[in-house]
Amino acid sequence: MPHSRTPAVAGWFTGENDDFRLLGTRCPSCTAVFFPREDTHCRNPHCEGASLEEVPLSRTGRIWSYTDSRYRPPSPYVSDRELPWEPYALIAVELQAERIVVLGQAAPGVTVADLTVGMEVEVVPGVLHEDAETTWTTWHWRPTEVRA
Amino acid sequence: MTRDVAVLGAGMHPWGKWGRPFVEYGTTAARAALADAGVAWGDVGSVVGADTVRGGYPGYVAGATFARALGWQGARVTSVYAACASGAQAIAAARAQILAGLADVVLVVGADAAPKGFFRPAGGDRPDDPDWLRFRLLGATNPTYFGLYARRRMAVHGDTPEDFALVKVKNAAMGALNPFARYRKRVTAEEVAASAVVADPLRLLDICATSDGGAALVLSSLDFARRHGAAHPVRIRAVSTVTPRFPSTVLDLPDIATDPALAVRPSDESFRASIARVAYEEAGLGPEDLSVAEVYDLSTALELQWYEDLGLCGEGEGAKLLREGATAPGGRTPVNTSGGLASFGEAVPAQAIAQVCELTLQLRGAAGDRQIAGARVGISANQGLFGHGSAVVVVR
Repeated sequence: MPHSRTPAVAGWFTGENDDFRLLGTRCPSCTAVFFPREDTHCRNPHCEGASLEEVPLSRTGRIWSYTDSRYRPPSPYVSDRELPWEPYALIAVELQAERIVVLGQAAPGVTVADLTVGMEVEVVPGVLHEDAETTWTTWHWRPTEVRA
Repeated sequence: MTRDVAVLGAGMHPWGKWGRPFVEYGTTAARAALADAGVAWGDVGSVVGADTVRGGYPGYVAGATFARALGWQGARVTSVYAACASGAQAIAAARAQILAGLADVVLVVGADAAPKGFFRPAGGDRPDDPDWLRFRLLGATNPTYFGLYARRRMAVHGDTPEDFALVKVKNAAMGALNPFARYRKRVTAEEVAASAVVADPLRLLDICATSDGGAALVLSSLDFARRHGAAHPVRIRAVSTVTPRFPSTVLDLPDIATDPALAVRPSDESFRASIARVAYEEAGLGPEDLSVAEVYDLSTALELQWYEDLGLCGEGEGAKLLREGATAPGGRTPVNTSGGLASFGEAVPAQAIAQVCELTLQLRGAAGDRQIAGARVGISANQGLFGHGSAVVVVR
C-alpha cells in the first residue's frame, strides 16, 4: 500500500525533483529573506515591514561548513533502534542571493570525505523517516558534482 | 562612585556523575560559599537561583528550591534561565540588586544533575521551538554545531586536529590539579587522536561531557564587606549580558539558519567578540590587563575561537597563541586554569558560576597547585543557547 508523503515540517519547502525548493519569506520593505519563515513581522530592527511574502530560496549554494553524526541523535529525532546506526553528514550552505546559511542533512551516500568548504551543493527532496502510514519528507543538500 | 560588588564567598560541589538530586549539589555549594564568606544564611537578604531544565519542563524554579533546602528565612528570591549563560545572569541579577540597594548580601546558586549522553530538548511535540526542530528535522545535537565551527576554522584559518588536541592536553593538565573537576587525569595528544570521532572533525576528547555539579557565590556591597572585615575582597567589576545584533551571520545553537545579511550590512564584530568588548568597556579594562581567563570550551576548537573573541590575539591566530604557550600557566594570559569544561563537563546552570569561583580563587592567591602568580584581573566568558551573551570581569 503506498504511503502518503507528508512534509516533516509545514511550509518550509515545496515541489518535486528539479522543482524542489526551500521556502522562505521576504520582507517587502527591506528585502531581507528569512528561513525558517517569518510571517508576521520583519526581524530587521531598522525595518517596520510586515506582511512578508513567501519566496523560493536559491536552489544552489556553497558549503560554509560540514560535519557528521557518528552517534544516534536523541529524540525527537526518529530512527529505528532495531537497526545499527548509520552516520550521515550535515552541511551548512551559504546561499549567495539571500546571504543566509542554511543547515541540512546531506543526501544519502554523501560522506564528509566527499565535501570541502566552498563546494557547490544543491537542494534536493529527501526522506526523514517512514512509519506505517507516512513517508515524512525533508530537504537534503547534495554536491552538484555527484549529480547523475 | 564604584559600581563594584564584593565576592565574599565561593563554594562548589565536586563535578561528576553522582546520581543525586541537583538540590543536594546546590545546597552543598551554597553552604560552602556561606562558610567561605563567614556569613550566616539568616543574614542573606536575597537568593538568586540559576534554573535547571533537566528536572522537568519548564524546569525547577531554582531560587526558591535552594532557599527551601537551606531553610525558609524569608529572603527575596529570583530565578533565572538563560541556558549556558544562566549562572552569569544570576550573578548579573544579584549585582543589580546590590547596586540598587535592594539587598546587602546575595547568595547565587546553580546546580544540575545531567542526563547520560547528548543533551536533548524537553519532551512533547513543539514545532514552533527551534531547539525541538533542530533535533526533530536534522538530528543536530550540540556536537553537530561544534563540528561545524571546528571544520570552518580548519578551512578558513588552517587550524588542524592536532591544534585542537593541544587545548585538551593543556586543560586536562590543570584539571588534574583541581579537586572539584570531574576528570582529574592528564591527557596526551595521542589519546585525543585515538578517541572516537563524534562529529567530524571532533573526537570524544575534543568535546565536553555533561556533568552533575553545583557552584555558589556570596556577593555583597563593598560597605557590607568592609563592615564584615573584608577590606580587600575580590570584586566583580563588570557583567556583560548582551544579545547579538541583526544580522547575526554565525549559525548559532539552536538555529537551522542564520539571519540574512542582504538588507543590512553585518557588523565586523562577531557576537562573541561583542560580549567581551562590552565587559571590557564596563570594567574600563582591556585584554592586555588580564591575568587569567575562564572561557567556555564546549569543544577544544571553541577555546581557540574565544582567544580571538577576547582579543588575546588577532582573528585566526588562536592556534598560534596556544602553540606559543601564551594561554598555559607561565604564559601571558593563562586560560582555563580550572581545567575548563574539558575537565569538568558541563553542569549547565552551575558552569558560569564555577568560572567565577575559579577566578576568585586565583585572585585571592588560593588556587593551590593551579595558582597563577600575582593574578589581579580575570574574565569569564560564555554564550548561552538562543543568544545569551555572558562575561564577568573580576578584579582585586
